[in-house]
Amino acid sequence: MMDGAVVTPEMLLYLLRTLLIGAGATIWLTAASLVVAVVLGFGLALMRLSDSKVLQGIARVYLEIFRNIPILTQLFVIYFGLSRYGIMLPATVAATLGFGLNGASMLSEVFRSAILSVDRGQREAGLAIGLTSRQAFRLLILPQAARTAIPPIGNYAIGLLKDTSLASAVAVPEIAMRAKMLVAETYLSTEIYMMVAVVYLALSLPLARLTALAERRFSPHRSAA
Amino acid sequence: MSEPLVRIRGLKKAYGIHLVLQGIDLDVHSGEKLCLIGPSGSGKTTLLRCVNWLEEPTGGEILIDGAPIGTVAKGGRSHRMSDVELARMRAGIGMVFQRFNLFPHLTVLENVMLGPVRVLGAGRAEAEATARGLLAKVGLSEKVAAYPDRLSGGQQQRVAIARALAMKPKLMLFDEPTSALDPELVGEVLAVMRQLANEGMTMIIVTHEMRFAETVADKVVFMADGLIVEEGPPARIFRDPQVERTRAFLSAVEHRV
Ligand SMILES: Nc1ncnc2c1ncn2[C@@H]1O[C@H](COP(=O)(O)OP(=O)(O)OP(=O)(O)O)[C@@H](O)[C@H]1O
Ligand SMILES: [Mg+2]
Repeated sequence: MMDGAVVTPEMLLYLLRTLLIGAGATIWLTAASLVVAVVLGFGLALMRLSDSKVLQGIARVYLEIFRNIPILTQLFVIYFGLSRYGIMLPATVAATLGFGLNGASMLSEVFRSAILSVDRGQREAGLAIGLTSRQAFRLLILPQAARTAIPPIGNYAIGLLKDTSLASAVAVPEIAMRAKMLVAETYLSTEIYMMVAVVYLALSLPLARLTALAERRFSPHRSAA
Repeated sequence: MSEPLVRIRGLKKAYGIHLVLQGIDLDVHSGEKLCLIGPSGSGKTTLLRCVNWLEEPTGGEILIDGAPIGTVAKGGRSHRMSDVELARMRAGIGMVFQRFNLFPHLTVLENVMLGPVRVLGAGRAEAEATARGLLAKVGLSEKVAAYPDRLSGGQQQRVAIARALAMKPKLMLFDEPTSALDPELVGEVLAVMRQLANEGMTMIIVTHEMRFAETVADKVVFMADGLIVEEGPPARIFRDPQVERTRAFLSAVEHRV
């Protein structure tokens, strides 16, 4: 029906504007989920590295649960499941929680292995000059672990950005959702999905760049003085 | 003689069922330089690491300046020290590791300043002045702004010595400080240690550098299988060892060199 139809510049502008509003929601969802995933994931990593068997156990159970259920199912459980018990979360909040809780399980492994990768001698050298265990962790282990963890965190963030399109399934008005609605409205699926592709690219490329910068910031020789 | 700076009594250390230290008695007096020698696996590193409680002894007692390290007596029973109390005692004991263990994310200057600032509560300006002084003393004034991985092994080890000295320790522990170095870099590190010895520092040195031990040590201790086999002034241990085990070890070392 649209074959041969002329797509006016006004129409393209309308599509782009609508998609960019969706991109705003995508960015928000990605950023908020990332914060939840990083904070919670770091907490879980500390629990798994702690001396307490109880904390270790809790973290392990958490990990197994969130790692082994598809993210879409998790989103449905949080959004629809909770509403059956009278807990009505706005779609965006539910999605943030879903991605955040899921991401925490992945990032906890990233943090844990980054912390474990720091040479044992670092902690010992710190203790030998009179640092407490806590100081040695904060001043020596963490900065070195951060450098190791940044690239995988960046990869995770880029994956997350793309995965947030799944949030359209619980009606978060992000790009994918907007695109679906626009296609239903205008039938311009080719134009719309080309634009969607470009918008995602425009979001993830700077993220990759940011990761590279952050990695440099945490590596030695930054001052090169 | 006066109260020793380090008094070790009945020190035992087990890893599982393997008794690595089988009861060590040793005194180190203030200003004394003690060299620990012995075959690989005899427990030298373990002994050194027990002195500052990087390794927790299985039994026995270690007194630093008369005060037990690692444990405190409370209500007639001995309890393990808190992390903070232990850190405070370790601050007075410098340690130099075989593999340097410099902090790779900090510059040479920051490596040396970290302890004084974070542990002693020194101001940054004061800590920096001290650090620069110490780095000059070990011959590394030009390297203050460099990161450790830009230094040679010998330079890294000299930074590690400056880092330990910045805490103004009353005792320095060295665990084979030159055995990870290329042969041509050994001399520069030994020279720094020799200077430190001349200034009167109390030192416990695990080493395979027999010539160094012979010229610097006040006392040489030969260990084997977690026990002290023989100890005495270097002239006697090296020239006139009394125990067959010591003689066998020394001649083996001589043939290797
Ligand atoms: N963390 C550990 N766990 C189990 N066994 C250990 C541990 N550390 C050391 N050992 C064992 O304790 C014994 C003494 O080791 P130690 O490192 O003290 O010897 P050493 O005299 O320093 O030897 P070297 O000259 O090779 O450095 C060895 O048999 C070693 O395998
Ligand atoms: Mg050793």
